[in-house]
Amino acid sequence: MKTENQKAWFFVLPVLLLVAFNALIPMMTVVNYSVQETFGDNVFFWQGLDWFEQILRSDRFHAALGRQFLFTFLILIIEVPLGIAIALSMPRQGFWVPVCLVLMALPMLIPWNVVGAMWNIFTLPDIGLLGYFLNHTLGINYDMTQDPIAAWVTIVTMDVWHWTSLVVLLSYAGLVSIPDAYYQAAKIDGASNWSVFRYIQLPKMKTVLTIAILLRFMDSFNIYTEPFVLTGGGPGNSTTLLSIDLVKIALGQFDLGPAAAMSLIYFAITLLVSWLFYTLMTKDDQN
Amino acid sequence: MQKRSIVPIVYILFLMLPIYWLVAMSFKTTNEILSGFSLFPQTFTLENYKVIFTDPTWYWGYINSILYVSINTVISVCVALPAAYAFSRYRFLGDKQLFFWLLTNRMAPAAVFALPFFQLYSAVGLFDTHLAVALAHCLFNIPLAVWILEGFMGGVPKELDETAYVDGYSFPRFFVSIFLPAIKAGVGVAAFFCFMFSWVELLLAKTLTAVAAKPIAATMTKTASSAGYELGLLAAAGTLTIIPGAIVIYFVRNYIAKGFAMGRV
Repeated sequence: MKTENQKAWFFVLPVLLLVAFNALIPMMTVVNYSVQETFGDNVFFWQGLDWFEQILRSDRFHAALGRQFLFTFLILIIEVPLGIAIALSMPRQGFWVPVCLVLMALPMLIPWNVVGAMWNIFTLPDIGLLGYFLNHTLGINYDMTQDPIAAWVTIVTMDVWHWTSLVVLLSYAGLVSIPDAYYQAAKIDGASNWSVFRYIQLPKMKTVLTIAILLRFMDSFNIYTEPFVLTGGGPGNSTTLLSIDLVKIALGQFDLGPAAAMSLIYFAITLLVSWLFYTLMTKDDQN
Repeated sequence: MQKRSIVPIVYILFLMLPIYWLVAMSFKTTNEILSGFSLFPQTFTLENYKVIFTDPTWYWGYINSILYVSINTVISVCVALPAAYAFSRYRFLGDKQLFFWLLTNRMAPAAVFALPFFQLYSAVGLFDTHLAVALAHCLFNIPLAVWILEGFMGGVPKELDETAYVDGYSFPRFFVSIFLPAIKAGVGVAAFFCFMFSWVELLLAKTLTAVAAKPIAATMTKTASSAGYELGLLAAAGTLTIIPGAIVIYFVRNYIAKGFAMGRV
């Protein structure tokens, strides 16, 4: 049982100050920009909520948001089942466990723009391993700088390569915490593989899967560097995800007001969906 | 070998292929790369690595990255320790709200903050220093460190604290000589995650630096555009960025599965 102690605030104070410095001040700057218009020289005009209205009605924003949701949906629908399947087939103990874990975690420790550059080199049509294999061995016409579908397949494959291990490691951590006695009991009852999974393994993985799905949602929804380095948002605008579009508006066109309004809408959507996921997945716990 | 070990083997092969290609490219000459496809380096060369280790703009990139990542890891873990202790042991006004607010900072897209961060750190005179990047990365690393450490501390029975007080330990002495050793796995895991997320992040690091503290990954993008398409050099630089991560991961290999579960399984 935790004891009530208001002095605990002193323990939290350093964290509070550091995070507030980094979170609140930039956030206030964004809010400031979002309601003003500027023509440079630090001259600002009050603009009210016009930018928000403009962004919410613009086709460009709707298109980028649609692409963003499609991307995140594909990522979750592929990575979560795949990650669980791989975790289930991993050995539970022995020499190979740390080897597997280290090799699987490796992609996550590569700087994000190196990931993009690496996949760029990997998929070059005539000199990349994958590009050469697809074009010359299988005879598929593959060039992601020309073909939007190829570009989509490539960024999704890259993300699966990059982040499926997170789901694997989390699910695996949930699996190894199941005592052997559970499996023995299931064996005596003659339970099928499916019911072992459904009634023993899945419930035990629930907490870690919640964390995995939340982290994968947040990170894939905010993804910027890897697709930017790999495709630059192209061909055309076909892989221009929300954050790529945002950076284009803010730094490319220097439209600070609309970019700030878009940032806030973006952040609000991320928060809302995360909260929905969280409530849905932890709903059963309260009953 | 059981039949089901096929799945992890195939998966690991899939993970290793792009990495193999990057490493193979780094040992090829630019001529060989552009002249056509070859599975193995035909004219094995260390020229690309020699360029990186002799040119200060290249190797300083590595030193800069390692410096700000280390500073960030130390700051994040040090301030997260007492906070995590407070969250795991005490109830106080607004504790749950504060915890949730900390976590929401992990949801903010870095792209949103790039420009305001630039203005903020220019205003306080820290622009283009290692400290600026280290402090900026605290935004997402401190919440994560608090979350992980709180999980590990929750696993330590409260009787440990009480026994220590009865034995006459002061709080700081108890914390350092009894409590810290009890959660050292958690400290290792938290440090690993801080290192990882600070090492891989580039957008903020690039925004907050110009010359003096420029990270290696930013050196790569700028060189790629200015010196034409030096694929071999780019591949060698990329290969070298994998090594620090590989070393760190080797040290925490036995804790890693547990760490990913944030000690909350």
